[in-house]
Amino acid sequence: MTGSFRHSSLRHSRKTQGWLYAAPTAVIVGVLFVAPLVLVVWMSLNRWPLLGPATLNAPDNYTKIAGNPLFVDSVLFTLKYTAITTVLLSALALGLALLVQERRPGVGFFRTAFFLPGAVGFAAAALLFYGMLNADFGPIDPILRTLGLIDEPVKWIGTPNMALFSTITLVLWRFAGFNMLILLTGLQAIPVEVYEAARSDGAGRWQIFTRITLPLLRPTLALMLILSVTGSLLAFDQFFIFTNGGPDNSTVSMVMVIYRDAFFRFDLGGAAALSVVLLAGLVGLNTLMMRRLR
Amino acid sequence: MRPRLAGMAIVTLLALTTACGGGGAEQPADGPVTITMWTRAATQAQSERLVKAYNSGHRNQVKLTVIPTDNYQPRVAAAAGAKQLPDLFASDVIFVPNYTSQGLFLDLTDRIAALPYRDKLAPSHMKLGTMDGRQYTLPHTLDLSVWFWNKDLYAKAGLDPEQGPKTLKEFAEHATTIDEKLGEGGKVHGTFFGGNCGGCYVFTFWPSVWAAGGQVMNPEGTTSLNDQAAMTEVFAIWRGLYDKGVTGPTAKEEQGPTWAGFFPQGEIGVMPMPSTTLGVMPADMKIGVAPISGPDGGESTFVGGDSIGVSATTRNADAAWDFLSWTVSDEAQVEVMAKNKDVLARTDLAGNKYSAEDPRVVLINSLVAKGETPYALRFGQTFNDPQGPWLRLAREAVFGDAAKVPQLNAEVTKSLTQ
Repeated sequence: MTGSFRHSSLRHSRKTQGWLYAAPTAVIVGVLFVAPLVLVVWMSLNRWPLLGPATLNAPDNYTKIAGNPLFVDSVLFTLKYTAITTVLLSALALGLALLVQERRPGVGFFRTAFFLPGAVGFAAAALLFYGMLNADFGPIDPILRTLGLIDEPVKWIGTPNMALFSTITLVLWRFAGFNMLILLTGLQAIPVEVYEAARSDGAGRWQIFTRITLPLLRPTLALMLILSVTGSLLAFDQFFIFTNGGPDNSTVSMVMVIYRDAFFRFDLGGAAALSVVLLAGLVGLNTLMMRRLR
Repeated sequence: MRPRLAGMAIVTLLALTTACGGGGAEQPADGPVTITMWTRAATQAQSERLVKAYNSGHRNQVKLTVIPTDNYQPRVAAAAGAKQLPDLFASDVIFVPNYTSQGLFLDLTDRIAALPYRDKLAPSHMKLGTMDGRQYTLPHTLDLSVWFWNKDLYAKAGLDPEQGPKTLKEFAEHATTIDEKLGEGGKVHGTFFGGNCGGCYVFTFWPSVWAAGGQVMNPEGTTSLNDQAAMTEVFAIWRGLYDKGVTGPTAKEEQGPTWAGFFPQGEIGVMPMPSTTLGVMPADMKIGVAPISGPDGGESTFVGGDSIGVSATTRNADAAWDFLSWTVSDEAQVEVMAKNKDVLARTDLAGNKYSAEDPRVVLINSLVAKGETPYALRFGQTFNDPQGPWLRLAREAVFGDAAKVPQLNAEVTKSLTQ
């Protein structure tokens, strides 16, 4: 009887202890993640102007989304941007990682050089590109002109395709080094013995890359893809600062539309509904990717 | 509580901005009071000078926070929702009606009525700070659109360097002459404008409409008149300049941040500029200043800048008013603003001991009473929003299919009434 009581008391005490250990994290998750999420969902069910009282209007904020051509266009544009960026970024980061994976003289310099743009704030990088590509005072056009590559100023952000191209160049410059670093950790986790065994079996470079490197790099590639796809779908700074959504609304991302509804049109309910839709899309896409890439 | 949590929610989930700072805690009545004030970066220099001068001569102190211009509206709006506004906050004058209608400013009617120079305060700013006969704001800083011309380039192009343009057509002729005579090599251009910036269009094009006797909106700010002949004629002149290559090559892409940065480099012949930049032009640059004219004459200006009011949630209204009323006093206007070539908030001080030294400053000050500041509750979302209908209208009119202007004008009107 006493033993049973002691056992039960110990179990109870451990349970309480467990709750106490988990409490700080639970509070942080509750306050910073769950509560805002619940509130945003609640806001999306209300007419919630930034400067006035809220009134329940469900499901108006959701039904009007389909009639918002700017958002519909932004979904298509963001998906296009995400697809192009993810493919190019993955290829470039993998190429860079393969270049600098082995310890050779000078490789440290190149690793640092490739990673360095990642140390520049993204907003600052966007403003930097805006200035550098300006035909009137930026250095790029005069350099190209001196080299005889162009005769007249290049409209870097003057046409929809050029604006997208220039933005993707900015993103590649800014993030290739960071993604290279992620892949580098994956590459270095592959045991050297596996490569040695493959070589002794007569495998060539291409076979080693496709049969050894890529399969063993799969978890790291999956992480990079998820980060890249999520980051691209949430793209904001590069378009808000660099292209301002232009020319003629051709580079408006989904988050830009949310920002516009919230802070230009003061319609928090509508912005919250768009946020919920975007969140649902992201959760669905990431679940799918996790399943496929696992 | 709900608005505060709502502010937290939008900040956290959208990860865009924060609503921190501000406040206005009640302080002891007998001791010195520190009041908080917000202003936007665009008018930072003037605000800092006023605050510094006030703090050096008063027991009460003003603590100024400068917020990036592009982020100012969201910050004010988020702070208002969370009841975290500072004691005083300045605002781009065109957004004042919206803030006033939402009850963000304290009613200052009786206090303003006690000022001996109440009838001499910048009329456009005072008009936009008045709602239902009650007054809520004072003029804080003034920024007028005027034409600057580069006298050296005028002389090199064979134009009279002492005679600026008197009509918009003459402006186009001067710009074309400079481009033809000096434009070879692509370094010097006749003129420049912000072709992908809604705010730039209203600031620099609309005064030509007013100068010609036209209007851009009805007085209530609910109907756009930007498809009328007075506006389309102005668009057509600028379109002609762009088509002929007289404007700088990046005019079509210019989003606003750098549109005023070309003239000081000495590469632009004549262009509309903010008057506040006169004081920061290179000392050795010979610059002429002219009012903006219509196609065939007249003169006007967009009276921009900031108004300032006491926030409705302040607990330091008396201390806040003490600073506010001081900023429009003779001392502050002449010894702080005029001394630094800033435009004055009072029409009776236009010709003071400092401005008299520079006829260009006298001219700019005299335009305060002639210019206009358009009124519309939905001004920002209609005219400043890069994705809004106005920018599309202006770009079609200047670079694209001008036949679309009437249809886009209907969208501008729709945005004004939504």
